[in-house]
Amino acid sequence: MGVLELLKKQFLFLDGGFGTFLQKEGLKPGEHTESWNLSHPDIVQSVHRKYFDAGSNVVCANTFGANSFNFPSDEELELIIKSAIENVRIAAEKSIGNQEKFVSLDIGSLGKLLKPFGNLDFEEAVSVFSKTVKLGVKYGADLITIETMNDSYETKAALLAAKENSSLPVFVTNAYGEDGKLITGATPEAMVALLEGMGADAIGANCSLGPKQLESVAKRILSCASVPVIMKPNAGMPKSVDGKTVFDVGAEEFSCEMKKFADMGITVLGGCCGTDDDYIRLTKEKVSSSECKNIEKKNFTVVSSYTHAVKFGKKPVVIGERINPTGKKRFKQALLENDIAYILREGISQQENEADILDVNVGIPGIDEPEMLKTSVFELQGVLDLPLQIDTSDITAMEEALRIYNGKAMINSVNGKEESMKAVFPLVKKYGGVVTALTLDENGIPETSEKRFEIAEKILRTAEEYGIEKKDIVFDPLAMTVSADPNAARITLESVRAIREKLGCHTSLGVSNVSFGLPNRGAVNSSFFILALENGLSAAILNPASVDMKRAYKTFCALNNLDEGFKEYIDYCSDNLQNNSTKTLPADNDKSLSELLRNAIEKGLKENAGELCEKLLSEKEGLEIVQTVVIPALDTVGKGFEEKKIYLPQLLMSAEAAKCAFEKIKAAVSVTENNNDNSFPVVIATVKGDVHDIGKNIVKLLLENYGYNVIDLGKDVPKEKIVDAALESNAKLVGLSALMTTTVPAMEEAIEAIHKNVPNCKTVVGGAVLTEEYAEKIGADKYSKDAMETVRYAESLKN
Amino acid sequence: MNEIIIKNYKEIPINEREAFRYMGVRNPDEPMKKLFAECVTESENVFTFNVCYGEFPLSCNEDEIDLGFGKTKSKALSKNLASCERIVLFAATVGHGIDRLIKKESLLSPAKSVCLQALGSERVESLCDFFNNELKEQYLQKGFHLKPRFSPGYGDLPLELQKAIIPALDCTKHLGISLGNNLMMTPSKSVTAIIGIYK
Repeated sequence: MGVLELLKKQFLFLDGGFGTFLQKEGLKPGEHTESWNLSHPDIVQSVHRKYFDAGSNVVCANTFGANSFNFPSDEELELIIKSAIENVRIAAEKSIGNQEKFVSLDIGSLGKLLKPFGNLDFEEAVSVFSKTVKLGVKYGADLITIETMNDSYETKAALLAAKENSSLPVFVTNAYGEDGKLITGATPEAMVALLEGMGADAIGANCSLGPKQLESVAKRILSCASVPVIMKPNAGMPKSVDGKTVFDVGAEEFSCEMKKFADMGITVLGGCCGTDDDYIRLTKEKVSSSECKNIEKKNFTVVSSYTHAVKFGKKPVVIGERINPTGKKRFKQALLENDIAYILREGISQQENEADILDVNVGIPGIDEPEMLKTSVFELQGVLDLPLQIDTSDITAMEEALRIYNGKAMINSVNGKEESMKAVFPLVKKYGGVVTALTLDENGIPETSEKRFEIAEKILRTAEEYGIEKKDIVFDPLAMTVSADPNAARITLESVRAIREKLGCHTSLGVSNVSFGLPNRGAVNSSFFILALENGLSAAILNPASVDMKRAYKTFCALNNLDEGFKEYIDYCSDNLQNNSTKTLPADNDKSLSELLRNAIEKGLKENAGELCEKLLSEKEGLEIVQTVVIPALDTVGKGFEEKKIYLPQLLMSAEAAKCAFEKIKAAVSVTENNNDNSFPVVIATVKGDVHDIGKNIVKLLLENYGYNVIDLGKDVPKEKIVDAALESNAKLVGLSALMTTTVPAMEEAIEAIHKNVPNCKTVVGGAVLTEEYAEKIGADKYSKDAMETVRYAESLKN
Repeated sequence: MNEIIIKNYKEIPINEREAFRYMGVRNPDEPMKKLFAECVTESENVFTFNVCYGEFPLSCNEDEIDLGFGKTKSKALSKNLASCERIVLFAATVGHGIDRLIKKESLLSPAKSVCLQALGSERVESLCDFFNNELKEQYLQKGFHLKPRFSPGYGDLPLELQKAIIPALDCTKHLGISLGNNLMMTPSKSVTAIIGIYK
C-alpha cells in the first residue's frame, strides 16, 4: 500500500528531532549531519530505528542538507543520498514495530535567498533541488518531504523540482513565525493556494514554534486546505536555563496538544526540534482514540501572491487593467525602451487605487514577449504584493511567467477552442492557477447566452479531463460593444447569471468594452458594472483609478452589506474631498506659471510641479520649458548641493519634482524625439559582484533630468554586458558604481574592456570606496564624488 | 556549549538624530522632517526586531584568533578581545520588508528611498544597541563585563568570517538571514557581531 492510500484510512505518524541525537554522539558544530550517513551509519540507523520502534510510519532520510551547494562533488552527494535511504531501510527492517513503514527523501532550505532580494536564481534553485530529487528516486525513496522552508519562492522551486523529476507523493511543511507568516511574508492561506495548485499531496507546518503557538496556523490551514494537513511542531519554545537551551514542552504535554490537533482534523503528525521518540510514542498512544477524518474538499476560488491569498466570493474582485499597451502610446513606448520602471509604477498606482489583482499584458509587435513578460512579472512581484493575472496568448510567454511567479497566478486566458485548451490546461495543471475562460470557440463568439453557456460547459468538461477543478476556472462571458448590437449587454448579463447560478462558477468581465462609440463612457461602464454585479459577477477587469468605477464599486458594496459600518465608503468619500483640496494650487497670481514651476522644482513639490507643467504646456513648447525653467531650477538646486547648503534627500526631492514635469512633457510630445541639444546616451551600471544601486539610481535620475537617455543595466553587471550596451547605444559615457572594496577589481576590468572595445567612450566612476587617486589608478577617465559632478562631467562632453 | 538563544522585540524607539546622520543631514528643515515622518509612517508595520546569539570559547595567539565557531586573523579584533576568554556572537535583523519598501520607493521617490535606507540602518543599529544593553546588564549580574561589539568588515576583520558566523548561529533558520556570494547579507538591514566577555 502506498503512503497516500494508507493516509486515506488512518493517521500517519512521522518522526521527530534528529540533529540533537547526533550532537549527543559528538557531531561537531559546522559539520554536516549528512556526512554521518557514511561515517557513522550505525548511529544514524539507531536513531531512525528509535522512531520506527515508537510507531512512526514515515521516517525521513538524513538528507535535509544533501544538496550540491553543501556537497559539490556529484559522487559524494550520490553516496550520501544512497546511504541515507539505505540507513532508513535497514532501520525499518530491524524495527520491532509492525506498522506500515515508509522512507522519505528529506529536502530542506538551500540557505540562500532567491532573487530579487537574495542572489540565487530561481532556475538554479530548481536545478539544485532536482539533483537531490533524482538521486532520491534512484535509490528508492517512497515519498519526498520538503520541510522547514521559510520562503514561499524557495518552497515553490523545491516542489517544482520534485514534480518535474518524480512521480512520488510530496509532503510540504513550512516554518511559520509567531506572527503566523513565513519570514518572507506568506500567510498559511497563500501557501495552501500555491502548494495545492502545484499538486502537493499533504501540506502543513513544522519547526520554529511549539504546538500551542502553531494552533492558529493549523486552524487556518485546515480551513482552506483540501489535502491532508501535517503538523510537526518543536517541543515548545527554546528557553535559556543556566546558559543551556531547553525546550519547554515535555513529551506528555506535547502528545496532549497533538491529540487536540488530531481532533481538529490534522491527519499527519510528527515532531521537530527538541522532540524524540518518546514524543512520537506518546502522541501515537493518545491519538489512537481519535477518529481519523479525511479532510473536506474546499470549493474556494483562490489566487495568491507571495504574501496573501485573494478569494473570490462575496465581495467583487477588482483586477487592474492598466498594465496593457492596447491603445496606450506611452505604455508602448515604455515597452520598446525596455522601461520596466514605468510598468512598475503603473502597478504601484493601481495598488494604491485598491486593485486586488493586477493583469499583466506586455504583448506588442517587435518585442520578445516571453522575455518581457517574465521580466515584468519578476520585477512586479519584487515591489508589490498583489496577485498577478498573466495575460498573454503566447504559450511560451505564459509558461515562463507562470514558472517564475511567486504564488498561484490568475491566467488570462483559455477559450473553447480545442487548440487553446490543449495548450493552456496542461500549464494550469502543472503550475497551478485560476484560469479565465472566454466563452468563445472555433465558431467565434455566440450571439446568445445559451450558446455561450454551452461553451462554458464544454470548457468545464475538458478541464476535468486534465484534472483541473471547477473552482480553478473563472468564466469571462465577454462584454461586447452595445453600440454595435443593442442586445449585447443583455446577452452578457444573462450569461453571467446562468454561469453563476447553473454552473456555480465565478465570472469576470472586461467591463469597459461595452461602451465603445458612446459619449460619456464612464457613466455607461459604471452602470453596466453594477448591473453585472447584481447578476452575480465576481470580478471585473477595469481601471481602478477611474472615478466612475470606484464610485460604482464603493456604493455597490455599501448597499449590499459588504462594507461593515460603511467604513470603506466613508473613507473613500473623505479621501476624495481631501485630494480635491490639496490639489488646488496656491493662489499666486503675481507670479508667472514659469516662475511657479521653477519654484515648485526648487522646493521639491512633486504634485505641484506636474500640474504646473501641464498648464504651462498650453503656453510653451516642451523643449522650451525644459531649457528655460526645469534645467535652470535644477542648476540652482545642484549648486546649493555642491556648496553644501542643501542635502542629498532635498536634491532628490527637487529631481523628483523635475521628473514629474518631464513626464508631463513626454506625454504631451508622446515620443521623445532626439532633441538637437547634443545630449547623448549614457550607460550606467553597478559592477559585477556588487549589489548596491542607490548611488547609481541617483545618478540616473539626475542625468535624465538633464535630458540624457540613460541606459540603466542595474546591479551586479558583467563587463561584457556593459560593453555590448555601450556599443549598441553608441554611448559616449559609461558610469560605473562600486561600493565594496572587493568589487573594485571588477570595475577595473570593466573600464579596460570599455576602453578597448569602445574607444570613443569615456568612463566615470563613483561609490563609497573610490577616491580620485584610486579612480585614476584603475584607469577611469573621471572620478565623481557625487551625482551632480557626474552631470557636470557629462555636460562638459557635449560639443 | 553552542546553544543559540532567540530574542524578539516588539518595538525599539527611533533615534531620529542618528537617522538624519545616516542621511548626511545635520539640521533638517521642515520639508526634510516631513519626508522623514512620511517614511516612518510608511514603514510602520514593516520592521521586525529579531536577534539570535550564543556564547563561544575564545583563544588568541597574537592576531590569530580561534572564536570557537571558526578561526580568523585580525589585529584589530585581537586587540579588542584582549583579556577575554569567551565571546558572545550575535546576529540581528529588522527583516525583509524594508528591502522591498526601499526597492519600491526607488522607483517612485528616490528621496524617500534614501530616507528609508537611513531609517533602516538606524533601526538595526538601535536594535543592536538595545540588545547589547540588555546583555550588558545580564552579564554584569554574573560579574562579567562586555567589550564593544565588533563586526566583520570593521578594521582588518575579514568579511569572509561571515561564512562561519551565519551557520554557527543557524541564522537562515532562526532569522531568515542568508549570505550572498559577495558576502553581503539579506535582509540588507542585518548585523552580525562579536562581543568579548571579561571579568
